[in-house]
Amino acid sequence: MRPFTYQRANSPAEAAAAVARTPGAKFIAGGTNLLDLMKLEVETPQHLVDVNHLGLDQVQPTPERGLRIGALVRNTDLAADARVRRDYGVLSRALLSGASGQLRNKATTAGNLLQRTRCPYFYDVTKPCNKRTPGSGCAAIEGVSRDLAVLGGSEACIATYPSDMAVAMRALDATIETVDGAGAVRTIPIAELHRLPGDMPEVDTTLRSGEMITAVTLPPPIVGRHVYRKVRDRASYAFALVSIAAVLGDGHRRVAFGGLAPKPWRVEAAEAHRTAQEIADVALAGARPTRQNAFKLTLARRTLAAVVEA
Amino acid sequence: MSDFRFDTPAGPNPIDREQVVGQPFDRIDGPLKVTGRARYAYEYHEEVPNVAYGWMLGAGIGKGRVSAIDTHEAERAPGVLLVMTHLNAPRQGPLQADFAPQLTGPEVRFFDQAVALVIAESFEQARHAARLVRVSYDRQPGRFDLKAEQPHATKPQGDVDDKPDTAVGDFATGFAAAPVKIDVTYTTPDQSHTMMEPHATIARWDGGRLTVWTSNQMVHWAVRDLSGTLLIPPENIRVVSAFVGGGFGAKLWIQSDVVLAALGARAVGRPVKLALARPQIMNNTTRRAATIQRVRIGATPDGRIQAIAHETWSGNQPNRRPEEAANQTRLLYAGRDRMTATKVALLDLTVGSSMRAPGEAVGLLALEGAMDELAEKLGMDPVELRIRNDVQFDPEAGPSRPFSSRHLVECLRTGAERFGWSRRNPRPGQVREGPWLVGMGMAAAIRGNLVEPSRARVTLRPDGTLLVETQMTDIGTGSYTILAQTAAEMLGLPLNKVEVRLGDSRFPISSGSGGSFGANSSTAGLYAACQALRSQLAQKAGFNTGQAEFTEGQVRAGGRAVPLASLAGPAGVTAENGIEFADLEQKYAQASFGAHFCEAGVDLHTGEVRVRRMLTVAAAGRILNPKTARSQCLGGMAMGIGSALMEDAVVDTRLGCFVNHNMASYHVPVHADIPALEVIFVKELDDKSSPMKAKGVGELGICGVGASVANAVYNATGVRVRDYPLTLDKLLPGLPSLSPA
Amino acid sequence: MSDATWFLGVAAFSRRGVIVSAGAAAAATSAPGIVSAEPPAKAGEATVAVTLVVDGQPRRLDLDPRVTLLDALREHLHLTGTKKGCDHGQCGACTVLVGGRRINSCLTLAVMHDGDQVTTIEGLGSPERLHPLQAAFVKHDGFQCGYCTSGQICSAVGMLDEIRRGVPSHVTEDLAQVAYSDDEVRERMSGNICRCAAYPNIVAAIREVHEGAVA
Repeated sequence: MRPFTYQRANSPAEAAAAVARTPGAKFIAGGTNLLDLMKLEVETPQHLVDVNHLGLDQVQPTPERGLRIGALVRNTDLAADARVRRDYGVLSRALLSGASGQLRNKATTAGNLLQRTRCPYFYDVTKPCNKRTPGSGCAAIEGVSRDLAVLGGSEACIATYPSDMAVAMRALDATIETVDGAGAVRTIPIAELHRLPGDMPEVDTTLRSGEMITAVTLPPPIVGRHVYRKVRDRASYAFALVSIAAVLGDGHRRVAFGGLAPKPWRVEAAEAHRTAQEIADVALAGARPTRQNAFKLTLARRTLAAVVEA
Repeated sequence: MSDFRFDTPAGPNPIDREQVVGQPFDRIDGPLKVTGRARYAYEYHEEVPNVAYGWMLGAGIGKGRVSAIDTHEAERAPGVLLVMTHLNAPRQGPLQADFAPQLTGPEVRFFDQAVALVIAESFEQARHAARLVRVSYDRQPGRFDLKAEQPHATKPQGDVDDKPDTAVGDFATGFAAAPVKIDVTYTTPDQSHTMMEPHATIARWDGGRLTVWTSNQMVHWAVRDLSGTLLIPPENIRVVSAFVGGGFGAKLWIQSDVVLAALGARAVGRPVKLALARPQIMNNTTRRAATIQRVRIGATPDGRIQAIAHETWSGNQPNRRPEEAANQTRLLYAGRDRMTATKVALLDLTVGSSMRAPGEAVGLLALEGAMDELAEKLGMDPVELRIRNDVQFDPEAGPSRPFSSRHLVECLRTGAERFGWSRRNPRPGQVREGPWLVGMGMAAAIRGNLVEPSRARVTLRPDGTLLVETQMTDIGTGSYTILAQTAAEMLGLPLNKVEVRLGDSRFPISSGSGGSFGANSSTAGLYAACQALRSQLAQKAGFNTGQAEFTEGQVRAGGRAVPLASLAGPAGVTAENGIEFADLEQKYAQASFGAHFCEAGVDLHTGEVRVRRMLTVAAAGRILNPKTARSQCLGGMAMGIGSALMEDAVVDTRLGCFVNHNMASYHVPVHADIPALEVIFVKELDDKSSPMKAKGVGELGICGVGASVANAVYNATGVRVRDYPLTLDKLLPGLPSLSPA
Repeated sequence: MSDATWFLGVAAFSRRGVIVSAGAAAAATSAPGIVSAEPPAKAGEATVAVTLVVDGQPRRLDLDPRVTLLDALREHLHLTGTKKGCDHGQCGACTVLVGGRRINSCLTLAVMHDGDQVTTIEGLGSPERLHPLQAAFVKHDGFQCGYCTSGQICSAVGMLDEIRRGVPSHVTEDLAQVAYSDDEVRERMSGNICRCAAYPNIVAAIREVHEGAVA
């Protein structure tokens, strides 16, 4: 871990300003992914701004009958929130399928959104990786790629995005609220938060330098059956091979996939179709699997059938 | 006193009372472990103040040479005391036998082999400074792919316990003539021990004398190999390994941590502590080697095996052992014409070595899968097939070499009845419960029974308590407890009057913990020491040794009873003795046996597998402590489930490393993967194994388990996967297609 | 609040249990004595003052900001009951309770916990005064090598509290109805890997304590 200086911030704007003006600065909240990566020197911040004491830990109703989730609400608390359990079951389920009890107690809403890929080559500093070291090449495309992306990848990177929570939020059309170093506030639809790698895989999101997530807003509840189905290599405490967040109502349905792409994968045009097969045909169109991960497409189709036709 | 030589089957002896031995006592070290007071290698703060921290830097390539190494920036980093590379490392012993010299030259033989050692004031400083060491390499093409190297595999040379090839009768002719035949090839992947405590050491020099607190299963081997590696006399080395946070074979032989800590401590003139970081362990230390195994079985229509062959290929560094995956096939089933063959290819991966039940653990994945396939082809119940081919003697040697004890059939019958095997539908893919395809599978288990010489020292103290000292280690196996039970039984003392000290090279040399020989051998050595103490005490009491009875804290004979405490005197009475094993291993085939039964569910849509219930029936001689022995079996069963379903150290065959070298991506079973498991021990005493009449149990629990899972998955789905582990991607192509809604 | 009472109880218990002596199994021949903080790091390395309230006692340390809570406990306070198994949040051996909630102490910095209440395995009980879960682990043989055990027990304390507070899990069928079951325990304890696989015995030990607590 590279040496860094540390400060506790007292307000979101102060935190954002500190990160914006300090070279190599990063926010730290739960720390469960950042410290993991800092120990390996995949992440090497020179300055950490601790945002754990800013409040931002409440789940509150919005005037639009939705919910506003503070950036620092812990994953456990968000999953356990009575309103989330009742009205946004898919989100509660997604959170509970991720990580472990200990990690969910620490991990925050904003931090979960900003998780970095678990591609093994990204984690190993002795290997080329365009996401970690731009221009160094991608060891994964011709390498061990079983867990990696079948959709949305590029010649430079086929990393998958690991969050479960975000897949549910994508199905729910959540909105991200941010503040920047100048105190300016903006909102970003979750569909536009994460970006595809293209030729700049080192940039995971559309956030600007120093911009800090302050909240995630959920629109009013969507009536229907809320399902989060996660398929993985062991029964718990593992990342998804494929996951599906779905809200299935009378005459409307929403389906988002995890584990397949560099971002939560949702194709709204697919949702008008009736059968799982038709939905999958549209949602998974354009897939470019490797020999090792082509099974994910079969798995996604079969899992979708289990979710939709149950 | 010369060691007790075990050369004839054991007669009646005090252990047979089973007042303490054989009883399910709680572990005597339990309160220390559950309160965090048991101290592991890295945790000796009081003994070793002023410690500096070491960090190993591993090679970033799979094969080649260090062409340049620049330590300048690392050396200037805050807190750094030393950067050692091959350019300034001291002379060490040769890279042979089980020595572990480090930083001896620029050659890189495998990924994450140590290329530098950094010592600093703090852990954080050492870890970061290692990243400031600039290493340039000349890469060379490496051999990383077992499948590609298989054609170049040869008969193993050098250090091999057993002969690599055996043949009896005429396999080719017998197989050709057999009416029913199976010819199948199974593969098993590299696996990682993934014990919870990383390899860790604190090293302290006092002049020319070295003390290491290290996590090691075999104290006397550690002394031997440190001596050979560091080029210092063994009497100048003290090894302490009082608690070991799991080993499973990973800590049988010294690794880079202890050698680097010792070299670093000598160089900086301060004690040094060094633990391998988890992401380094899989590539820097040892692995269970991947195998390719071909099994051919020819049988009569009524299921009698006529011909059986098992060939196995694995890969390793030069002069290292093959994975001996065919050996159990020499002993498990009858059959006139038989052969086994073992070949090894050169691979530039880290050393392939022993992991829980080396040989059988993966050999039975193939053999017991093939037996399931044979049963199906015969239209025969798999349990019945195994019973029909039971044999009470070594089938290669003939009836002149009987088994010392073999209750496989009883295990099979008991297990089938207790598990409800008769409810199994022999046609695969027929049972459905909601989204689950449900099946049952079984497999037989065998694990060769090894014994090793072992010594102990016992002291009756003036207060009437007994002290046991031996180098034996407790790696979670329960050694502290069963040794206390043995001594208590022998001297007629309650368990709480016995204190056991283990894992210190100052104590008498023991068997150590490995190969399932530890419990039987170390208690047998202690038995011998207790016999010596009994003689001394009986004499002091004026009794004839043969007539003295030790019970209730007294020695009694001829109607007279003398309290033991009164015989101890002010200095106590000490006896030291041990056991050595003569040729009963040659005269009798010796093995533990068992049978595993598994019910598994496979998700119809996703191919996810869940073990729903499992039963193991084991025959392993006298069970010294049913509570700890059951736990050993539970552990084996869970590891077997892992080997069947998820464990897979994935090689990048281009770059030459295990890619998933951490605990997030090398999957071992978690709580949610393991249902309630049941274990039954068949009553058995083996008088040819040792005076304890016990056999190995710690590894038996894994042997065959994975095959029972795979066979259950087949029964559930009709999909036969011969490439372990059975991850869902391998099942998906064979699962029923889903009808469109 | 009953949850708070539970942890106050734990803290009070820990204060009584600070003194430890060697048990019958002799390998641990000396007791963890009173320890003091390491001297501040060398000049040129900025340290940060932090006070952790560990097992009820305020402990002031000057730390390199890189020191994790885990290493602060093990290397600076010499509380080695908390184990380092992977140092990356992948095994659970380092689990402690902070403010009553179970977390991986390897994935958080000590400086982030200034003023926080930390409960370690040493604070839960001692060999002479075992916490009910510690006693149940011994009785049910809920460990073998012992290296994951501290984490398992601390995690179980936090996990039982989560069930009491109605926090659902991945296997909770109805998110509105949270109840104890062995399957719930298996899922909720899955962040604590035991390679010896004492899992069935751990589940039995936790069940006994749960049943004792609700009886």
